[in-house]
Amino acid sequence: MNTQVTIAGVTLKNPVMTASGTFGSGMEYAEFMDLSRLGAVVTKGVANVPWPGNPTPRVAEVYGGMLNAIGLQNPGIDVFLERDIPFLKQHDTTIIVNVCGKTTEDYVEVVEHLAEEPAVAMLEINVSCPNVKEGAIAFGQKADALFGITKEVKRHAKQPVIMKLSPNVTDIAEMARAAEAAGADALSLINTITGMKIDIHKRAFALANKTGGMSGPAIKPVAVRMVYQAAKAVKIPIIGMGGIANAEDAIEFLLAGATAVSVGAMNFVNPYTCVEVVEGIERYMEQYHVESVTDLIGAVRE
Amino acid sequence: MKQKHTAKVLSQQEIALAIYDMWIETPLAADARPGQFVGIYPKDKSTLLPRPISICETDAARGALRIVYRIAGAGTREFSGYREGDAISLLGNLGNGFPLEQGCGKRAFLMGGGIGVPPILELAKRLEARKDIIAGYRDANLFLGEDLAKYGTLHIATEDGSAGTKGNVMDAVRENGLEADIIYACGPMPMLRAIKAYAGERDIPAYLSLEEHMACGVGACLGCVVKTKEIDHHSHVHNARICTDGPVFEAKEVEI
Repeated sequence: MNTQVTIAGVTLKNPVMTASGTFGSGMEYAEFMDLSRLGAVVTKGVANVPWPGNPTPRVAEVYGGMLNAIGLQNPGIDVFLERDIPFLKQHDTTIIVNVCGKTTEDYVEVVEHLAEEPAVAMLEINVSCPNVKEGAIAFGQKADALFGITKEVKRHAKQPVIMKLSPNVTDIAEMARAAEAAGADALSLINTITGMKIDIHKRAFALANKTGGMSGPAIKPVAVRMVYQAAKAVKIPIIGMGGIANAEDAIEFLLAGATAVSVGAMNFVNPYTCVEVVEGIERYMEQYHVESVTDLIGAVRE
Repeated sequence: MKQKHTAKVLSQQEIALAIYDMWIETPLAADARPGQFVGIYPKDKSTLLPRPISICETDAARGALRIVYRIAGAGTREFSGYREGDAISLLGNLGNGFPLEQGCGKRAFLMGGGIGVPPILELAKRLEARKDIIAGYRDANLFLGEDLAKYGTLHIATEDGSAGTKGNVMDAVRENGLEADIIYACGPMPMLRAIKAYAGERDIPAYLSLEEHMACGVGACLGCVVKTKEIDHHSHVHNARICTDGPVFEAKEVEI
């Protein structure tokens, strides 16, 4: 049984990753699991300088999921390279760094810093965070803007580039094609869906930011649909995510066309989720006599 | 070592209106410290996130810990229906807890307001100090008073004056002419702000247990931050994580 998958020349021991922003740089969850069990750790978004993020409340529960408006709080690339990368290097897993920025120059600055770090296998470019006013999603909601930022990042990146797409668009296939045309090596989707919650007793927004990104099992059907549409539109590999709670969910994404998957909000619900997904995929492969996990990619019957 | 596991409910009763008192058999009891909390997961899958609930008391001999909580929504309503022998899903032990050594041998205020009263009990049990325990409630719907009185001098304040001093915990301090060298407190934000101001005027340390909406409970999601005076060692911005760097902070460290 072979659980390996390859994305842009980088081979992962299995197709299970952590979704950026739900797993820090792995330190907190290393208390619960052996990070070496994971196909990859995708870090929390890192910018060129420290970002303070949004005011609280930053999180709220909704039916079958949650809203967050953290606002990409992060310690900046210098601390990240000194502290987080050496920590992750101790584990036998692939390191993918999520990069955020307000301007093209911000993204490029981080990408250039990371180019000097051979332990970083891939970059994931966050052009889809709905919770910051500048940059981020502004690059991810128009095909020409996405094309531009992808092209610029690719020009400076030493590692393969994954563009993380927003679901808050009219046509995900058009966005996927724009990123591919600009040279993206892979796509990841979906980021959170913009949502809102109002406390009727206080007549107040549940989040200080008013809107937040929705994640959790309730968004999974939207995510599976978008992964399917994106996979149909492009040839580059896709990392699927959105509400994955168990191996069955993960396999759904693979069948829809994802080469790998990420576990996000469900890490908060069960800190052992990632490892349980890895083990569940193996059991499914045994049960259905699947020799290579790659046989599942896009294998839904049309 | 933090862990998520399934534990067993030993007992549960409603001790005041909508206030529930549950004992849980769990190995987490062995090293739980006062001021720490557990995350409790509802079984209803529409409610996903762990509910942060403070540890009220531990009984290492029985391997049990006690939580006293108020029904605040769907999750806590579900917990309130648990009976002896039911399974309960826990994540713990979370947070730093109250520093005991700082108060050793001193005159200490142990202040709890509303559903901030429960963590004061284990603190009162373990803190070796001259303890004035000041518990504030909305009305005569009191709870934990008898337990608290065993470990120090208990003063009650109620907003409507139906028991003890009319007013809040600070009013009880003034009315009884109390003095302290150190303060420990848990309660609503206006109470904690008043204590921070009082401690600042007298230049005494005050350890405040803060509350915020949380998702992961283990420091990964950065949902539950508090503004800090200095740049935080972990975040490298003026934010500390209440779930892991707290929930207890020295009042001078935080902007509340």
